[in-house]
Amino acid sequence: MRVSLFITCYNDTLFPATGKAVVAVLERLGHQVAFNPAQTCCGQMHYNTGYQDDARRMLLHCLKVFRDAETVCVPSASCVAMMREHFPKMANAMPDRSVARDVEAFLPLVFEYCELLVDKLGTVDTGATFPHTVTLHTTCHSLRGTKIGERPAQLLGAVRGLTYLELPQVDQCCGFGGTFAIKNADVSAAMLSDKIQAILETRAEVCTAVDNSCLMHIGGALRRQRAGVRCLHLAEILASTAGEPA
Amino acid sequence: MTVKVGQAAEARPFPAASRDLLRNTQLRHNVRNATDMIRARRGQVVAETPDWEQLRDSARAIKEHVLRHLEAYLEEFETACTAAGGKVHWARDADEANRTVIDIIRSHGETEVIKVKTMTSDETRLNAALEAVGIAPIETDLADLIIQLGADKPSHIVVPALHRNRAEIRRLFMQRMQLQDLGEDAEDLADAARRYLRERFLRVRVGFSGANFAIAESGSLCVVESEGNGRMCVTLPKVLISLVGVEKIVPTFADLEVFLQLLARSATGERMNPYNSIWTGVARGDGPEEFHVVLLDNGRTGVLADAESRATLACIRCGACLNICPVYRQTGGHSYGSVYAGPIGAILTPQLQAMEHSQSLPYASTLCGACFEVCPVKIDIPEILLYLRQRIVKAGGAPLAESLGMKMAAHAFASGGRLETAQRLMRIGQKPFVNDGVIESLPGILGGWTRFRDLPEVPTESFRQWWAKRKEQESP
Repeated sequence: MRVSLFITCYNDTLFPATGKAVVAVLERLGHQVAFNPAQTCCGQMHYNTGYQDDARRMLLHCLKVFRDAETVCVPSASCVAMMREHFPKMANAMPDRSVARDVEAFLPLVFEYCELLVDKLGTVDTGATFPHTVTLHTTCHSLRGTKIGERPAQLLGAVRGLTYLELPQVDQCCGFGGTFAIKNADVSAAMLSDKIQAILETRAEVCTAVDNSCLMHIGGALRRQRAGVRCLHLAEILASTAGEPA
Repeated sequence: MTVKVGQAAEARPFPAASRDLLRNTQLRHNVRNATDMIRARRGQVVAETPDWEQLRDSARAIKEHVLRHLEAYLEEFETACTAAGGKVHWARDADEANRTVIDIIRSHGETEVIKVKTMTSDETRLNAALEAVGIAPIETDLADLIIQLGADKPSHIVVPALHRNRAEIRRLFMQRMQLQDLGEDAEDLADAARRYLRERFLRVRVGFSGANFAIAESGSLCVVESEGNGRMCVTLPKVLISLVGVEKIVPTFADLEVFLQLLARSATGERMNPYNSIWTGVARGDGPEEFHVVLLDNGRTGVLADAESRATLACIRCGACLNICPVYRQTGGHSYGSVYAGPIGAILTPQLQAMEHSQSLPYASTLCGACFEVCPVKIDIPEILLYLRQRIVKAGGAPLAESLGMKMAAHAFASGGRLETAQRLMRIGQKPFVNDGVIESLPGILGGWTRFRDLPEVPTESFRQWWAKRKEQESP
């Protein structure tokens, strides 16, 4: 299958390893990956902070970039939730009726990475090896936005050598919240401290998630505290092999 | 008309207020314990209700219907209430409501009033208005009494003293009720409050209440509570005054079937509230001889006029969104600077004030969505938060550094080429701050990030660069 990758702006800029891991797994499974370098951002940061006019322009750009795509893979539940929840609403408010039609045609093509693997490609075993203890942070957008449910745990379950440790209070927000992490830095840090306590309780070596945004927040504090726990996007674990470990 | 929501207009912004409260370890401990307990109880009684989702849908449908026909239902309520011997007053704002209440109390020459279950009177700051004219308000709801005795502020819409623990309440009671000795158990504290309040219940001749629901067809009011003190307040005094927000209307008595199931479970995790008082006008020889209802607007019709956010008025004040909110959990309600705290407060408080005050509140959320999930009337709070943020930005209320940053980002996101340029500039710009692959300190608003967390450096090669290089190697 030909899969168009929407890497998302922050993965592109800050976490290229996640994108490379997505490409590695899809190619390993025999699929073809396309990447249109015209792509930028889904508009979530602007939309969520109150800059909807800017977000609208990014929505239009996004539609243009993926006009010819058949299947779009997004390694970020957060961006997928943004597109599913807010693209239709924004499009419906635009005078040009064709935008709403385009959004309607576009959204069924969009898959969060785990959704793509499990639902569209029917793959649970990606052939990965990762001999470590791992806990999974369920991001709010994967829990309540895209509702990807058990898929990440299912995928991790098929990884050779991996010991899965369940995270307590898994439905609690980590306190990232986009610009919230900066605008309300103190409360964000307090929430983060609850999350870190839960992660440390599992005694896992690695904390994974389907969103690098939350992981940047959690990992940034784990590193600041020299806590000795590594954060890794789920895609990187699924790409890991004995020969090329993550 | 001037809308006032308590002292919200003068309150410090959420980030500053919460920063201070985060240092209060006792308060944080109390808030966590209390919210954890209520959440667990709620979870149990919701799980055992097979038609929970249908009840939520019904409640929302009823509320939407009422909001669409509010004027007609309010008139129906007035007609029915008047026919049953009640007197209906209309108040455009807090001051008008307070004046109406004061006039009624004065017309009877009374100088004391017993109060129960009336957050709306915190909204209008009735107690301060009463005290200013020499009328003593006496709170009889146990939690409200704790707040009043401690000259404190409510921190929760159902459990106003949620931020206090038993030891603190014991100390307060001993001091303010002048008790030589007092046991440490909940029963001992309840007993002290009972003795203190009983005397006042029997003495004071004016009662004051809020209402959970106002039934249009019969002109009845409904108050639900756990203690029975509300029942005392609405039955013992000679004169009863109830202050009711105009959005509290339900069309018929039968509609309570839906709301009473939802409210008790959502608010306190009980299957039913221990006391459900419903009364209609006055009845000779039974209860108050005179009954007044003050219907309060105070910004509500302004909220009603906005189709994007009017669902805010569907709120039944159960507090479930506060108990589940990971932001509320950290500091409790005082950070919000309003009688309405938590997620619902973050959307209600600024809207009542026509978005002129409390503009930090719509940003006091990570948009995690837990509030929407538990809301018994399905108010999509995150969606309304986003809408209010948009209004704030449109009105020029965003900080300059933020709007500049957003403008620059929007410029970069206009094309892949521009994004690549921006990435290159970030790599150059970060140089003075990078140490060992991470940034530990940044100036300006980004310092909010690095005060608590390291930031990964922008790597030397972005994904798009890696991809371009790979393509090049594939097809020389």
